[in-house]
Amino acid sequence: MNQILQQLVNGISLGAIYALIALGYTMIYGVLRFINFAHGDVFMVGAFMGYYAATWVSSIAPIGTVPAAILVFLISMTICAVLGAAIEFLAYRPLRNRPKLTVLITAIGVSLFLEYVGQHPAVFGPDPKGFPSIISSRPIIQSTLLTLNVVQVVVIGVSLMLMFVLRFVVMRTRIGTAMRAVSYNQQAASLMGINISLVITFTFAVGSALAAAGGILYASQYPSIDPLMGIMPGLKAFVAAVLGGIGNIPGAALGGFIIGIVETFAAGTFLSTYRDAIVFAILIGILIFKPSGLLGKKEIEKV
Amino acid sequence: MFSHGLPLKLARRTPLSVALYLFGSMNRTLVRSAFSELRTKFLITGLVAGLLALGSCNKSSAPTGDTIPVGEFASMTGNTATFGQSVHSGAVLAIDEINSGGGVLSKKINLITEDDHSDLQDAAAAVRKLIDRDQVVALLGEVASGRSKAGGPIAQSSQIPMISPASTNEDVTKIGDYIFRICFIDSYQGQSMARFALTSLGKRRAAVLEDMKSDYSVGLSKSFRETFEAAGGKTVSDQSYTTGDKDFHAQLTSIRSFNPDVIFVPGYYNEVGLIVRQARELGITCPIIGGDGWDSPELTKGNEAAFNNTFFSNHFATEDPDPVVQDFVKKYQKKYDGKMPDAMAALGYDAARILVDAIKRAGSTDHVKLRDAIAQTKNFPGVTGMITLDKDRNASKPLTILRIVDGKFHFAQRIGANGEALTPFDPSGKTTMAPATSANASAPAKGSTPATAPAPPTPPATK
Amino acid sequence: MRSNYVLLIALAFVFAASQGIGFLNHYYLQILMYIGFNIILATSLNLINGFTGQFSLGHAGFMGVGAYSAAIVSTYLTTHGFGTDGAMGSVVLLVSLLISGFIAALAGLAVGYPSLRLKGDYLAIVTLGFNEIIRVIIQNVDFKIGGVDYVGGARGFTVPKLTTFAWTFGVAVVVVWVIENLINSTYGRGFLAVRDDEVAAEAMGVNTTKFKVRAFVIGAFCAGIGGGLFGHFIQYINPDSFTFLKSIEIVVMVILGGMGSTPGVIIAAIVLTILPEALREIDQYRMIVYSLLLIILMIARPQGLFGTESIKRRTKKRRASNPATAIT
Repeated sequence: MNQILQQLVNGISLGAIYALIALGYTMIYGVLRFINFAHGDVFMVGAFMGYYAATWVSSIAPIGTVPAAILVFLISMTICAVLGAAIEFLAYRPLRNRPKLTVLITAIGVSLFLEYVGQHPAVFGPDPKGFPSIISSRPIIQSTLLTLNVVQVVVIGVSLMLMFVLRFVVMRTRIGTAMRAVSYNQQAASLMGINISLVITFTFAVGSALAAAGGILYASQYPSIDPLMGIMPGLKAFVAAVLGGIGNIPGAALGGFIIGIVETFAAGTFLSTYRDAIVFAILIGILIFKPSGLLGKKEIEKV
Repeated sequence: MFSHGLPLKLARRTPLSVALYLFGSMNRTLVRSAFSELRTKFLITGLVAGLLALGSCNKSSAPTGDTIPVGEFASMTGNTATFGQSVHSGAVLAIDEINSGGGVLSKKINLITEDDHSDLQDAAAAVRKLIDRDQVVALLGEVASGRSKAGGPIAQSSQIPMISPASTNEDVTKIGDYIFRICFIDSYQGQSMARFALTSLGKRRAAVLEDMKSDYSVGLSKSFRETFEAAGGKTVSDQSYTTGDKDFHAQLTSIRSFNPDVIFVPGYYNEVGLIVRQARELGITCPIIGGDGWDSPELTKGNEAAFNNTFFSNHFATEDPDPVVQDFVKKYQKKYDGKMPDAMAALGYDAARILVDAIKRAGSTDHVKLRDAIAQTKNFPGVTGMITLDKDRNASKPLTILRIVDGKFHFAQRIGANGEALTPFDPSGKTTMAPATSANASAPAKGSTPATAPAPPTPPATK
Repeated sequence: MRSNYVLLIALAFVFAASQGIGFLNHYYLQILMYIGFNIILATSLNLINGFTGQFSLGHAGFMGVGAYSAAIVSTYLTTHGFGTDGAMGSVVLLVSLLISGFIAALAGLAVGYPSLRLKGDYLAIVTLGFNEIIRVIIQNVDFKIGGVDYVGGARGFTVPKLTTFAWTFGVAVVVVWVIENLINSTYGRGFLAVRDDEVAAEAMGVNTTKFKVRAFVIGAFCAGIGGGLFGHFIQYINPDSFTFLKSIEIVVMVILGGMGSTPGVIIAAIVLTILPEALREIDQYRMIVYSLLLIILMIARPQGLFGTESIKRRTKKRRASNPATAIT
């Protein structure tokens, strides 16, 4: 059973990306209480923006260097932050205080819209594209017991770093405090002089920027991108967010890692054909037996 | 309640609003939103009506005297859009070429393409629309076998010949005598690769990594496993993934622990590119082999080195010196901004040309005559080899095995329709030039030898 | 009793139409059939989503279960001496449909129970999860009886053609009739009570648990039959036809029509079946327009084209205090 260590490493590096996407779900759910179905597609747009940014950056700085990589990340994250804020402004804002399901359907509409616009030949086109190696895939350790390469380490490192940054922003800054206030009680927060719209826009922008970072990391580790690439990671990251307790940042990270590891171990055994079913079974199990998730707080329904 | 100024405000706008108000006063809530409600209702109804009107003024309805309508249903959008668009680009190239050369039966071909957005139900509707509304004389079918199986019965019952460029599942042409295909079937490809692994590469321990979601992949791996084990090999590990997956480390780590000496990956290039790269990252150095789903210029992009020591079976090789192939590659690149054609484009091109050739031979577009003419296709010099349709309406043609060296596809071996090796295999990989495919190649191409003439067209050994 | 005459008249009309429909272009006939399937699927989902106020995104899963079980039964029967023509074909189809309905209802029971603890978007995502689990399971099933392939995993399953116009619309009429009568019965008010205010309903002695599960079971039964009809019409089914995208399509019909309005949902099923066909001329933009329409509709008129109450009830009780009650 010399594969356990390797599978664990594989699982953690996959889980780190799920965790990053799950953070966006969790923040948006925490503030607005709805599932932003289009989040996985913002992740896809992030990967594509990284692809085009890398092409452009390569004309000023050699690809594969640290400054070039940082530039690619910044460009893509900025574009996606604007995209996220725009989606919120155009599609979700008119629906504020409407029933959740109306917003959910709109989110599905936005998701389909991004996917099909992306598939149009004049936009991204349906063909999978090879992602340039902005992060080297040179091996660090290579033995029969364990192989580990730079991308995997960078993916885990950058994900953890972004999670800590986010945690800091939410817990220690003014806007973060405002975000938490809005998520506790929107009405009371607005009475305290918090600009609700601004907070929501900010939440969308940050969540989408994280999704974009996740998209680039994902594309660096699995360098083939297409307009439908966001669907499954998006769903699984949502499962991760629910597993960890939706609205809870460390919970989303924990959930991401658990889903990544479980999926990897399932895929390495005879259960590989049931892998996606296992992830959804975990979701159903957690929602039935512990709907608040592993780290979430219990919510009491007020009549 | 009435003193909100609402009626006055409405009255100032139009007399219609007053009427609306009077009607609405029976229902207070209706008044409150009478305007916005009606506006949206009109907006939506108008939009729907407009679209319906758009649909009814059909761009290409009943056949006019001077064109021959030919239908094509393909997945232009959806999860297999990349294959649909490739086939379509090949078919369009062929039709444009034929039309600029004066068409056929002194008429131009009118290719009517319907998108089925990678959906079964939509494919059936598209075929119905093409047959009953556009009155096409023949159909170019789908890539995905499933959608050909949904459209096929309709073509069969309407007696409209349908040529599928790339549906490889055995059952597709069993639908009936109007359904043809010009690619080889799954079992033939799986068997050929198993024999190639055993005899040419000399491997005995194989691992299989198949795409559970794709009937194509499952079909190939099934026949590979059967042939490989019947001929003395052993399948040491069976793993699977799902179309759209990106992470294969888990399956590959498991495969690695069984220490196979060859891995068969019958998938599509979007996943195979990642699989081979991740396998090499995990230190798996043995040959990795696969089927025609690998063929795409995108396959090796970014990981050229990882693809050394990999082989796949294909319909054609872009470096084939055969003038038919070279001519196609040149024209394709000219039309599509230098893009290299893949196998799907080549098959789409051949399917359209075989259809037109049959129309020419039939001398009419009568469905029975056309069906018989297609069935009699013999030694058609296609880009994807000499195509002869057998009595089961399947193409029997040789299969080319390509070796990937530094991201370039090189000819490795050609295998005949009965599984016999038509060319020797050079393990060193020095023979990089493919012998010409077609015997009637007008210009004697470099590197072609008389020994590599295509096998006499014999039906494949189907059981 | 009056409604029984309505049913008979409607069935007679369907029969008459099926006799006289031969002149129609096959393409239009095909779209008509799709409309029939969609009416069955959408009205049955409307019982769960519209009348009972649950939110299922897994209707295609029930449809898939039904399509596959019906196909297994009919394939078994037709390879064991039963024919596919005329009366024999009708018997085979009837038996297949009933069995498919029951098996789908069992699946509905399995999904309905978890729904007791969940609501809103959590329920939506769980039903979506069930849909995907069902699809993955179908993808892994492949067996042979007497040399004949059943289910076939990813390869798909070839099914005999049995569904006719009369069958599809006959079933559609019965489904619509059953659901409308159910909702308008004293008993059926329980569904509406669960939707409008669960706590109040419980307080009034309505067993909300039972009503929720029943909505799922009845909805799944009808969807299963719809799936069976679909499979025997299209003659080939594969797991990819029953993904959650198909579920979303059905949900959109219910929402466009207006949750809880049977006539609205029927009109929406008709419009949304014709719409993609009408948009064929702009094929590359078709799905983009479709998704945009969905967003605009949700913003402009979230209660659907026909609000929360059916046309019938609106005209009958025009003085009802507030027809546009929130959906939640």
